Amino acid sequence: MANNDYDAIVVGSGISGGWAAKELAEKGLKVLMLERGRNIEHIKDYTNAFHEAWDYPHRGLPTQQMKADNPKLAREYTLNEMTNGMWANDKDHPYTEVKRFDWFRGYHMGGRSLLWGRQSYRWNAEDFTANLKDGVAVDWPIRYADLAPWYDYVEKFAGIAGTQEGLDVLPDGQFLPPVPLNMVEKDVAKRIEKVYKGMRHLIHSRTANITQAMPEQNRVGCQYRNKCWLGCPFGGYFSTQSSTLPAAMKTGNLTVRPYSIVTQVLYDKNSKRATGVEVLDSETNLTYVFNSKIIFLNASTLNSSWIMMNSATDVWDNGLGSSSGELGHNVMDHHLAVGAHGSIEGYEDKYYSGRRPCGFYIPRFRNWGNDKRDYVRGFGYQGSASRSNWQQNVAELGIGADFKNALAEPGSWNIGMGGFGEILPDHKNKVTLDKSVKDKWGLPVLSMDAELQANELRMRKDMKQDAMDMLEAAGVKNVQGWDGDSPIGKGIHEMGTARMGRDAKTSVLNKHNQIWDAPNVFVTDGACMTSASCVNPSLTYMAITARAASFAVEELKKRNL
Amino acid sequence: MMDRRDLLKMIMATTGVAMVGGDAFGYEMKGQVPLSKTIFSSDDVILFNEVAEVILPRTSTPGAKDANVGLMALILANDCYTSKERDVLVQGLQSLNEQSQKDYGSPYLLLNTQQQTEFVTQLDVDAKTYNNKQDIYYLSVTPYDRNSNDDKPLPHYFTLIKQLTLFSFFTSKEGATKVLRYEATPGKYNGELEYKKGDRAWAT
Repeated sequence: MANNDYDAIVVGSGISGGWAAKELAEKGLKVLMLERGRNIEHIKDYTNAFHEAWDYPHRGLPTQQMKADNPKLAREYTLNEMTNGMWANDKDHPYTEVKRFDWFRGYHMGGRSLLWGRQSYRWNAEDFTANLKDGVAVDWPIRYADLAPWYDYVEKFAGIAGTQEGLDVLPDGQFLPPVPLNMVEKDVAKRIEKVYKGMRHLIHSRTANITQAMPEQNRVGCQYRNKCWLGCPFGGYFSTQSSTLPAAMKTGNLTVRPYSIVTQVLYDKNSKRATGVEVLDSETNLTYVFNSKIIFLNASTLNSSWIMMNSATDVWDNGLGSSSGELGHNVMDHHLAVGAHGSIEGYEDKYYSGRRPCGFYIPRFRNWGNDKRDYVRGFGYQGSASRSNWQQNVAELGIGADFKNALAEPGSWNIGMGGFGEILPDHKNKVTLDKSVKDKWGLPVLSMDAELQANELRMRKDMKQDAMDMLEAAGVKNVQGWDGDSPIGKGIHEMGTARMGRDAKTSVLNKHNQIWDAPNVFVTDGACMTSASCVNPSLTYMAITARAASFAVEELKKRNL
Repeated sequence: MMDRRDLLKMIMATTGVAMVGGDAFGYEMKGQVPLSKTIFSSDDVILFNEVAEVILPRTSTPGAKDANVGLMALILANDCYTSKERDVLVQGLQSLNEQSQKDYGSPYLLLNTQQQTEFVTQLDVDAKTYNNKQDIYYLSVTPYDRNSNDDKPLPHYFTLIKQLTLFSFFTSKEGATKVLRYEATPGKYNGELEYKKGDRAWAT
């Protein structure tokens, strides 16, 4: 019989799980990493990475059958032929919605680290004090200074391309050379800088794509194919597979077990400690118990809370971590699908080559410095400029050789940008267990009950209007704003439901990500977030995870856990 | 005889620990769709190709027929279209021949090249007039963003033919690499490339 005892168990193999496994294994702990889905081996299993549009049976488009089988995935780009089989399907993995909620999950080794958008920004100092200042939810138990050295640490290892800008609103970090802007973006940046007198900035995206080789990780670097979501054979972007997993495996301390759905954390009420986890093998339906001294929950925001809700229910009706009444509450995301676009003249003699994995970024400027709005917090924009192609003229009149030749040449330059806005933590926005619906394995599912509130809706007006104003100020023509549906989850930046805090009565986790009611259980994925900022969250999960792992090992050494 | 998958399952069951790299598979790729799995026939493909060739003819570079646009277009119409869209297309292809019979006294395929061009040019004008009457100004290049519960008015059938033709052609290997430009592994990004009129656009 195999030894089922480990020093540490890491639940989940995505961005934060990979970091937890690496940090703990490198510090000498015997680590078991559990992944609910199948294994995906770096490079070998990126089977579509060299396929082109014409290789796919429907050129990459989703079929009506795929839509019928996956009505929720079909709401977004998540349903297509290129990544077919990667986003968790609706049939095996149901959830229920009191209000529309998009939940896009990666149930396989590496999780969404293979499918993520890779935009990587530090939180700023005010992000950590905003709740206190605004009287919203609870205060973060940590400050920017607590995380700054860990941002340095994870950026150096993950490889983040970007530029030093000296902005308080978007702290600088350890960057590789940036992914270039094109001519139009550079000129628009200059105009915005001038019109807004240095109060607004268009800068290079900061992205977890490496612009220089990282031979120590066997990573060649970004090849400008813009096929990141197919897995990169060049190790061009940070993923568990390209980066943290090989480092963790190298220690000889890591065991990985795919097909392992963690159904609960096992809790001993006498010692007030977790003793391990129960695993349902998704292939065999057999149940196993694995024991460990510490547990890191990195199952993804809502699934980490789902595990807690199903744990220690003999002690707490609503599960481990529910004693504050906040478990499952304060679900957040970034609201988006709002912005503006237009066309720009005078660059007909300019073009570009290569396909970037990103574009430009405009950091938050609202409610910053002396700016005051009728809402709190703010938003940033992501965007890009490019020349239109054959898609430009479909609705226009034309057929024949001249029409074909016209379509074979690039058209006008267009520029567009979409906002990413902060969503406030709100107790009303919650997820709960729905025991009336079961997944493929007979496990209860999550029910989602969350929506944008007044603060976000007021912010969206600015997100649209400011985008239009800035483009117009930069000389862009035919500017059109848009504002679409933004249900929570659409941003695929789920956060909250097990927030960190200073008081066990009002939060689920303490300042070191320990569950107040089980200090040897650490939750370091998006579930831990006390507020949401407006910047993409994954880099912060990495930093928080590395920090918590370091603390956990110190505490183990001191025999405090 | 126990296959590898069963063996792995057994090992997992007895040890509780699976081996990384077991019976893993990564991204899924579905097989190509044969025409026989659609409601369309090879006659439909031929007809579609001949209309598409007028829209995007062979010049010094390949045309619609070189890319066999008709086959891809009809597979897309079969599998990606809503039933409403597919009905408009099917009836459209039928009415196309009826119209040709009325105007020229013979089915479309028997028209000479000049007649075909005249005929399709007129269809393009008719389609635009029809669409404008229905306030359809924006047309997606793909069937991607249309939901099956979408009850917006559909454009003229020729517009569907044109959309399918353009999409099928410019995403084909011939269209993307010989009419447009495509580089599988660019290796870098140059944001200040000089452009002169006549230089080809990138496929993506």
